[in-house]
Amino acid sequence: MKRHMTRTGGRSMRNPAVSCQRSAVSYQLTAGLARDVEERLTVLFRQSKVIGGLYRSMGQEGESVATAYALERTDAILPLIRNMGALMTMGVRPREIFLQYMAKARSNSRGRDLNIHIVHLPVAGAAEPVVVGPISMLGDSIPVAAGIAMGARMRGQNMVAMAWIGDGATSTGAFHEGLNFAAVQRIPLIVVAEDNKFAYSTPIAKQMNIARIDERAAAYGIPHEMVDGNDMLAVYDVTKRLVDRARFGGGAALIGVDTMRMQGHAQHDDARYVPKALLEEWAKKDPIARFRTHLLETGAATEQDIDEIDAMTKRFASDEAQLAEDDAMPDPSTVTRGVYAGDDFAQPQVEFVKSPFRS
Amino acid sequence: MAVITYLEAIRQALGEEMARDERVFILGEDVGAYGGAFKATEGLQERFGEARVVDTPISETAIVGSAIGASYMGMRPVCEIQFIDFIACCFDMLTNFAATSRYRNGAGVSIVVRGPCGGGVGGGPFHSVNPEAFFLNTPGLKMVEPSTAYDAKGLLKAAIRDDDPVLYFEHKFLYRRIKDEVPEEDYVVPLGKAAIRREGSDLSIITFGAMTHTAMDAAATLSDAGVEAEVLDLRSLAPLDREAILTTVSKTSRALVLYEATRTGGIGGELAAILAEDAFEYLDAPVMRVASVDTPVPYSPPLEAAFLPNADKVVAAAQKLVEY
Ligand SMILES: Cc1ncc(C[n+]2csc(CCOP(=O)(O)OP(=O)(O)O)c2C)c(N)n1
Ligand SMILES: [Mg+2]
Repeated sequence: MKRHMTRTGGRSMRNPAVSCQRSAVSYQLTAGLARDVEERLTVLFRQSKVIGGLYRSMGQEGESVATAYALERTDAILPLIRNMGALMTMGVRPREIFLQYMAKARSNSRGRDLNIHIVHLPVAGAAEPVVVGPISMLGDSIPVAAGIAMGARMRGQNMVAMAWIGDGATSTGAFHEGLNFAAVQRIPLIVVAEDNKFAYSTPIAKQMNIARIDERAAAYGIPHEMVDGNDMLAVYDVTKRLVDRARFGGGAALIGVDTMRMQGHAQHDDARYVPKALLEEWAKKDPIARFRTHLLETGAATEQDIDEIDAMTKRFASDEAQLAEDDAMPDPSTVTRGVYAGDDFAQPQVEFVKSPFRS
Repeated sequence: MAVITYLEAIRQALGEEMARDERVFILGEDVGAYGGAFKATEGLQERFGEARVVDTPISETAIVGSAIGASYMGMRPVCEIQFIDFIACCFDMLTNFAATSRYRNGAGVSIVVRGPCGGGVGGGPFHSVNPEAFFLNTPGLKMVEPSTAYDAKGLLKAAIRDDDPVLYFEHKFLYRRIKDEVPEEDYVVPLGKAAIRREGSDLSIITFGAMTHTAMDAAATLSDAGVEAEVLDLRSLAPLDREAILTTVSKTSRALVLYEATRTGGIGGELAAILAEDAFEYLDAPVMRVASVDTPVPYSPPLEAAFLPNADKVVAAAQKLVEY
């Protein structure tokens, strides 16, 4: 398994090319922002301001950020509930997430759909990513991602699509159909399969009879690699190589990430089925704490730098949450609007921040 | 004007739309060099290349799912489902993904999913189904089913140009049996518009697809007995042409709803409900349904004949209706 840092952070950096100091700090910033946004959401959830469930990616922010980091700004992402990090990396404005979770009128779905179920199809020439949030039916994003990359290729765009999928969802037919189709058509699709040890309460051993999740791809004759998902530099390194390969005609690939879901499936779930020892072991490998150690040990940043970054992301998350909170709920008279084409019901565009994380 | 088959009309519509708009492409099983199980795509790969006539694995979910993705990127995919029965394998993609996309995020899905439906050819339980009722309860989808070559071509062109997901059911019994005149020049048959196939004053037979021909046969027999039936061919099943439905029934005051799918929970129930709600004061008799019996589609010819509606069953029901 690909691993750059020692298990708890530290010195075994092997690839200086991917860790220039500026970008190294921005990994920290982006993963931290993802966590801070979710922390704010948790507060809002406890205040009953989040409608329905809240899903956290605690412990997985690193892999989510570092995989998306390997994309170009105009590539396509198909994130899942555990991919707040990818959304932040592509520059989706946090307010968008808060608006969605609070089912507000100005949310991307205008209060019709949940959490990160947002869609952004940029106008031609815009330096923005394609974002296609999931529907709840796990696995469905994979064939759709294949179609996005195939469609872009037909239109002469040099685009890579990246889709994330949980260990549990790799058992769906849609996952296998989509990956196989992408493989035979040599579609530039990168699938990030997240082994976070559980699918709701079901351990991975009940999900697949193979030792490593990336072996799911073996039957499709595409490259697949396993990586330590809590080591952002290693994740980036593996992903970048496969993204570049896909972009230049090499076709689909799958990256298996070894990580851990550190909270319950959603906030209602106390996850007592997860062995304590497992959580303790993974707590030591927290991707953000680990990267902090790495930054300090390599001299890429000082304690003070990192504290400043932390304060900045926390403030940003809470300001964005406030903006969304102040927004109106949808007008019930809009309920029938926009089912079919020809209805001019306005569609809010996803707003992007000029990402501080990328040049 | 040239006289062509229903199948040739479909093939022409595909070829003309691909020539007209480079965003249109086809994907499905055996659609390439082989030309499709019924030859609906014959010659198209040779003409437009492998990139635009894509042979897929046997993966209906990937066919429709990737079509959705490609449509997000501005393409106009036409999916062929080899037999429409297999649409059950991509039911999730259609009802959960495609149908909701515009409502959820304003992301329109401009795809057509077409394939051969219907019985009468000894296809058995898995090659004969009429699936419209599976989808009728799903807002966001459109559905059409032509009964003539003219409509087969015009509806398919309209479906391809439409910005919403359209299910296009082509009745396999009609492929080579039905021939009619089709203009040389470009035309479309608009979605959501029914057509009167025969005028009459004593009752309305509301139907579509292959059953339109059954209705016409029955109407001829009824006419010999002095009963004049009006035949309304719906052409579009979603959206339904409510105006045409209410107009014919307000004229005849009697309605017989004829559909080839099984009776219970079928489109006929919806048509009857529309008439009960909006044409009650015009009705002189209860709305009657003639449909297939409530079993899986049986294989053996005598069983299938007993299962399907036919002109005799329609005549018998119509006579009861006018005598009511
Ligand atoms: C097709 C489908 N079946 C069931 C569910 C209900 N469900 C939602 S999340 C989940 C567990 C997903 O586990 P995994 O794919 O490992 O992702 P993780 O939550 O661990 O990130 C289940 C069963 C669903 N959303 N979709
Ligand atoms: Mg999991």
